[in-house]
Amino acid sequence: MSQLAFIVFQDNDNARYIVEAIAQDNPHAEVQHQPALIRIQAEKRLVINRATVEEKIGREWDVQEMLLDVISIGGNVDEDEDHFILEWKN
Amino acid sequence: MATNKKKLSLKDKYQYLTRDMAWEPSYQSKKDIFPQEDFEGIKITDWDKWEDPFRLTMDAYWKYQAEKEKKLYAIFDAFAQNNGHQNISDARYVNALKLFLTGVSPLEYGAFQGYSRVGRQFSGAGARTACQMQAIDELRHVQTQIHAMSHYNKHFNGLHDFAHMHDRIWFLSVPKSFFDDARSAGPFEFLTAISFSFEYVLTNLLFVPFMSGAAYNGDMATVTFGFSAQSDEARHMTLGLEVIKFMLEQHEDNVPIIQHWIDKWFWRGYRLLSLVSMMMDYMLPNKVMSWKDAWEVYYEQNGGALFKDLERYGIRPPKYQDEANKGKEHISHQLWATFYQYCQATNFHTWIPSEEEMNWLSEQYPDTFDQYYRPRFEHWQALQEKGERFYNNTLPQLCQVCQVPALFTEPDDPTKLSHRSLEHEGERYHFCSDGCCDIFKYEPDKYIQAWLPVHQIYQGNCEGADVETVVTKYYHIDAGRDNFEYLGSPDHKRWQAIKGQKPDESQAAKPKNAA
Repeated sequence: MSQLAFIVFQDNDNARYIVEAIAQDNPHAEVQHQPALIRIQAEKRLVINRATVEEKIGREWDVQEMLLDVISIGGNVDEDEDHFILEWKN
Repeated sequence: MATNKKKLSLKDKYQYLTRDMAWEPSYQSKKDIFPQEDFEGIKITDWDKWEDPFRLTMDAYWKYQAEKEKKLYAIFDAFAQNNGHQNISDARYVNALKLFLTGVSPLEYGAFQGYSRVGRQFSGAGARTACQMQAIDELRHVQTQIHAMSHYNKHFNGLHDFAHMHDRIWFLSVPKSFFDDARSAGPFEFLTAISFSFEYVLTNLLFVPFMSGAAYNGDMATVTFGFSAQSDEARHMTLGLEVIKFMLEQHEDNVPIIQHWIDKWFWRGYRLLSLVSMMMDYMLPNKVMSWKDAWEVYYEQNGGALFKDLERYGIRPPKYQDEANKGKEHISHQLWATFYQYCQATNFHTWIPSEEEMNWLSEQYPDTFDQYYRPRFEHWQALQEKGERFYNNTLPQLCQVCQVPALFTEPDDPTKLSHRSLEHEGERYHFCSDGCCDIFKYEPDKYIQAWLPVHQIYQGNCEGADVETVVTKYYHIDAGRDNFEYLGSPDHKRWQAIKGQKPDESQAAKPKNAA
């Protein structure tokens, strides 16, 4: 059975760069646009890399800043200074 | 001049600011300080194994929450200053907000009280910190929702006394009793009920597709508080999953206890969300996604992935999951049909869906809508066109556990009412399903105490013996303004005035037909 990890962001100026970074670093991910939100889903695992977001957004970016724009997540969370990872482990 | 810019790592910061702020008691025993930690049978051997994957510390929490609040209130101001209520898709939409304010917002307050209480009961510092942050979040949610709705209260009816109504109105006992049930359970059951079953497994259905629908219906205020609240929920959901994994990893004896709670709270939550199914399919004039689609994405797909992940701990999917999956084809229609008949006793209006809306429902529900539900609505529509808008004056029988009126059908036969009953200590009790009947059987002493609104009316505890007296005196519903059919209601007329339309009185409410 398919196991999708997912993350949903508000459709706003900040999140658009995060979504771009996720799409670049997770080629297997699918990006869906719905009214006011953007949902990204991928089989088993999704990763946000701070370095890629900083490159897209053009400034320093703290991984915890994603808390401002995130709406929902699916998967086990693992976070440190450089990554935010969502993963199903079984 | 060189400055040392080296920062603590997230992990170290979390360790210093959370775990190291706790201390070992010296002159009182832990058992006396945390008296509720053992009685449910959950065995915790090492609280240090508690993980907070976000590693959020109080300083970061305040910083990010302050930023969220500033953004949110700037939008509330803009919405009010620009008469944002005039830009919604249609005033029928506001009825979903009336249900939200009376049914959902008080639950946020209940969650605040619940997390404040259980946070006090855990001897682990990580769990206490997580509960404290969530308690503050929940308080923020109820406050921001009240602030957002206060603008609508100036322009539409039925929003004026939500806290009073939440404690009294018949259908609001569904959400109220759900939270009362959770809050009167032990601390670990509360976390399984609210953090895991409700927040992780089910609330996406309310706060993601419904809020997207609010945006699509031009309600800038609601989508903004909804998503702002949901940005906290992402943390709560993570906590919910971690709580479950933590308890399961601590001791194998915990597994059957937790499985039982998952079975119970999945079914309780599913029944509660039947109200949301109706909001999505019938109360959003501009449609985003059907309840059925939302259930497939946010329960079948996401819940499937989740319960597969939990298999490694010996946890299986909730016992009545298959019944719930079958119900996705039916519950929104059955709920709306019930509220259509009983809106003489609600603080919001109901109506027959337009032809275009019924066609959308036929497309979304090709196997059920035309066969089972459209004929019912068309029958009522014909009556309404003759000036005989139907109101049901018989009070419904309520399920002893979920308190939803007996309106659901058998999982495999949509023409047969689902009804179970059993005798306990000489009294007969009634249920909507095997799921609710099981919950009663396991803890009858708890559920025989249920405050069932219909019973209370018949027992004379609601300030009157007829519907109109109960509705006006006990519920504080302003009869003739807040309740009855939408067409011809004061809300409808106000909306027509805003939009410069000519009132159409042909299908107007006929309160005189109601009791």
